[in-house]
Amino acid sequence: MPRFGMVIDTRKCVGCMDCVVACKTENDVPDGYCRDWIVSELRGGFPTLTLEIRSERCNHCDNPPCVSCCPTGASHVEDFGRTVQVTANKCIGCKACITACPYGARYVHPEGYVDKCTFCMHRVKEGLDPACVSVCPTHCMYFGDLDDPGSRVNELLRTRRWHTLLPEAGTRPRIYYLT
Amino acid sequence: MGMHKFSRRRFLQISAATFGAAAAASRIPSNWAWASGTADARGVVTIPTFCEMCFWRCGGIGYVRDGKLWKFEGNPKDPLSHGRLCPRGTGAVGAHNDPDRLRAPLIRTGARGKEQWKTATYDEALSVIAAKLGDIKAQHGPESLAVFNHGYGQRFFQHVLKSWGAINFAGPSFAQCRGPRDIGFSLTYGAGVGAPEPTDIANTDCLVLIGSHLGENMHNTQVQEFAQAIERRIPIIVVDPRFSVAASKAKYWLPIKPGTDIALLLAWMNVLVTEDRYDREFVAKYGMGFDRFEAEIAQYTPEWAAKLTDIDAATIRATAREFSARRPATLIHPGRRVNWYGDDTQRSRAIALLTALLGSWGRKGGYYLSVNTRVAPYPLPAYPKRQRPLADNPDGSRYPFADEPVTTGLRDATLTGKPYPIKGWFVYSTNLLYALPNREETLKAIGTLDLLVVVDTMPSEIAGYADVVLPEAMFLERYDELLAGWGRRGWVSLRQPVVPPPHGLLPGWKIAKDLAGKLGIGECMPFDDIKDYLRHRVEKSNLSWDTLEREGVIVGEATPIVVEDGLELSFDTPSGKVEFWSKQLADHGFDPVPKFTPPAAAPDGHFRLITGRAPMHTFSRTQNNPLLHDLMKTNEVWVNADTAARLGFANGQYVKLKNQDGVVSNRVRVKATQRIRPDTVYMVYGFGHTSRKQTLAFERGADAAQLLTKYQTDPLMGGTSLHSNFVTLVKEA
Repeated sequence: MPRFGMVIDTRKCVGCMDCVVACKTENDVPDGYCRDWIVSELRGGFPTLTLEIRSERCNHCDNPPCVSCCPTGASHVEDFGRTVQVTANKCIGCKACITACPYGARYVHPEGYVDKCTFCMHRVKEGLDPACVSVCPTHCMYFGDLDDPGSRVNELLRTRRWHTLLPEAGTRPRIYYLT
Repeated sequence: MGMHKFSRRRFLQISAATFGAAAAASRIPSNWAWASGTADARGVVTIPTFCEMCFWRCGGIGYVRDGKLWKFEGNPKDPLSHGRLCPRGTGAVGAHNDPDRLRAPLIRTGARGKEQWKTATYDEALSVIAAKLGDIKAQHGPESLAVFNHGYGQRFFQHVLKSWGAINFAGPSFAQCRGPRDIGFSLTYGAGVGAPEPTDIANTDCLVLIGSHLGENMHNTQVQEFAQAIERRIPIIVVDPRFSVAASKAKYWLPIKPGTDIALLLAWMNVLVTEDRYDREFVAKYGMGFDRFEAEIAQYTPEWAAKLTDIDAATIRATAREFSARRPATLIHPGRRVNWYGDDTQRSRAIALLTALLGSWGRKGGYYLSVNTRVAPYPLPAYPKRQRPLADNPDGSRYPFADEPVTTGLRDATLTGKPYPIKGWFVYSTNLLYALPNREETLKAIGTLDLLVVVDTMPSEIAGYADVVLPEAMFLERYDELLAGWGRRGWVSLRQPVVPPPHGLLPGWKIAKDLAGKLGIGECMPFDDIKDYLRHRVEKSNLSWDTLEREGVIVGEATPIVVEDGLELSFDTPSGKVEFWSKQLADHGFDPVPKFTPPAAAPDGHFRLITGRAPMHTFSRTQNNPLLHDLMKTNEVWVNADTAARLGFANGQYVKLKNQDGVVSNRVRVKATQRIRPDTVYMVYGFGHTSRKQTLAFERGADAAQLLTKYQTDPLMGGTSLHSNFVTLVKEA
C-alpha cells in the first residue's frame, strides 16, 4: 500500500502560482479560494539575501490533528495512499479541523463543508500526477510513494538537503522542501 | 541612405523547415458541431489549440466537460510549452468565463470617453465604421487610417485594411518593447534576436541576465530552461536594481544603479579584451572594425565603471572571468522589454558585442539561429500600391534604423498632421492608454480623430474612448491564422475553437470578413469558412490537415542551428561581418561603438520608478480574469525597508506615488523589503485600472503607465523609455 508524499525543489520554484491556478481549474475550487498557495521567505539584508519560495498545501500528515479532532469522521485517512481526505457530506462545518491544522490548509467551501488539497487522488488513481505537479513549468514538484525506497521522491530525499514545515508540531508532514 | 544598406531580413533564416510524413490515424467523431475533438470514456472532449494569454503562443489542449470549458493544459507535442503552460495559460479558463467580457458591439452616443453607448448588432456597428472609413478615405486618403495592433488575431484585420488601402500599422511590441534589442543586434550581426528568443539556456554553462527577470517574466520555454539551468547548478549572474526571483537563484547578484548598464557592459568588454579572454578566432574570422573597437574600449576600466554603477571593480572582474571562462557556452541574455532609458539600442548593441567577444553567437549554449517555417499562402488579391510614405517615420527620416513602424510616431503624426493627417485609429487588442508613454498625448491625439474603432475581448481603457467597440470571441472560441513557428525547429500550430463563444460573439476573421463586405472589398476574403482557408494552406504545404486538427501542432525536422551541428555563420550587415565598429552608425552621426551617458539624476527626495512583470499577468489584459485575479489582485510598490523605515512608511501601508510632473497615482500598498536598492522603487505594471466595467481590476493598485509622463525617445529607432520617471511617496489617509 503506497504512502504518498510530495517533494518540492525550492531552488527551481519561481513562485509563478501555476500550481495554484491549475488546482483551481482541475478541482473547480470556487473564486476567492485556493487549496495551495505560495510562500516566499526572505533572509538577510540588502544586498546579502536569500529567498526560499515554496508551494504549500495540506501536508497529508502521518499524524494529522485534523483527523483526530473531527467529531464526525469526515476528516479521515484514506486507506489507499494514506492521504488525508474530507467526506463533504459528513462534514458539519464545525471548523475544529481548521483550528487544529498548523498549516492553514483548510477553508470552508461556500457550500458549507471544509475543503482542502486531496493530492488529486482522482488523477493519481488514473496514474497521473496531481494537477499542481503536472503543470509546473519548472518541474520543481515530485509526487510519489514515500514507502518505496526506489521512488524518485525517496531518491531526492536521500541525495538532497530538505526540511519540512513546523516539524515541532509533531504532525509528521509528508511534503518535503529541497533547499 | 542607411535604410537601404540596413538589413530588412529580421531573422536569419537557415532553411525552410521540412516535415516528416504525416501519420494517418482515424479521428474520433464528435457530435459537437462547433469543433472537432477527441472524446474520452467519460465524455470529456479534448481539443488542441495555441494560447493567446501572452505573445509566446504555447500549444495547449482545451478540456470540455459537460459542454463547458473545464481546463487548459499544455500540449506535450508543442515545442514551446512541452506540455506545460504558465499560470496565465492555465488561467485562460477565467478569460472565457469572465462576466465582465464585452458582450455586444457598442456605438458611442455621448462625448468621447464618457462611456455612453448604445448596443448594436455587428452589422450596424460595421456599417457605421464603413461609412466613416469611406469619409476618411474620400477626404484624406486611406493612409489617414492608423492601425495599432497586437496579438495573433490581428492578421485578418490587417489584411482587410491593407486591401482597403491602409498603410500605417504599428504595434507596441516594437517601440515599447523589443525593438531596441532587435535593432542593436541587427546593427551588429545583420539579424535581430526575434521572438521566441533563440537563447540556448538549455545548454548554457553560464547565464547572464541584465534586468531580465525570468520566472517573474513568464516566457514559458525560457522559464522551463531556466529551471533546468538552476538544476544543473551553472553559474547565473543577475544584474538588476531589485533582488528579483532570478537574482535569488544566482551566484552573483549585481544590484546596479539604474540606467548604468552600458557602463557595466563596457567594463566587462574591457576586461575581456585587456585580459585576453575573448574569442580571438571568432573575432578574426568574422569581425570588422575590431581595432577601433579595442582602442575605444581600453578606457572603460572596471574602476571607471565601479563609480558609475555601484558595482565594485573586483566584482566586475570576477563576473567577467566567470562567464568568459565558459565561452562560447555563455549566454548574455538579450532581454525582451528592453526600452528603459532611451539609449536602449546602444545597450542592446553592447550586449551583442559582448556576445561576439565570447564567440557565443550561433553556438551551443549561447544563441542558436532559429529555423523558420514556410507555409504555402492562400491565393489572395494583391494590396493596392502604396502612394505615400509611412506616417510614423517617413522614409526613415525620423528614426533611421527603425525597421518596423513606431506607434508613438503614428501618435505624433496624428497630433501634428504631418506628414499628412491621421483621422482614424483602428485598434486591435492593444490597450494603448496603458501601452504608450504619456497618456495625455494619446488622449490629445484621440481628440483629433474622426473615428476610433477598438476590437477587444474586454472593456479596456482604450475601448472606453472608442466610437465603435467590436467585441471579439476570445482565443479558445475561435480559429485564427496558422502559426508558422520558428525556433530550434520549425513548426505549424493550429488555433481552433475549444468552446463556442458566448453572447453570439464573433471571431476576428469573421468580423474582418464582414467589414470587407461593407467596404466593398469582399473579394479580399474569398472564402466563406476560415477552415477552407486554413486547410488550403496546410494541404498546399504537404501537411496533413487531419493531423494538425487532431494534434494541434506539426513539428519540422531538425536542421543545424549552431556551429557545433555544422551551421555556417553568415552576417547580413553592410560589411558581411560582425560589426564591432559600425560605419552605418557613424554615417548617421551615432556612436559607432556604444558610449555611456549617465541618465538624468533623481530630483531631491525622489526615487527612480522601475517596472516589470509578474508571472500571472500580461500587460494590462489579465487583471480582471477571475482566476488570475485570485493569484494577484493588486500590485505593490517595493521600497527598500530601511528607507521606508526612515521615511516612516510601514510595510503594507497605503501610499500614493507622485511623479516629478505632479501626477498622482491611485493608492497602493508599500512592500517594504530588503530586495531593492534604496534609490529605486518598483511596481509591476498593468494594474490600477480606471475602467469601471472591469469590476475586479478597477482601482486595484497603482497604474505605472499613468506615471510615465516623461520619456526619452531612442534616436536610432524610436523606442520610448519606461524607467525615466521619478516619484515621491505620499501618505494616504
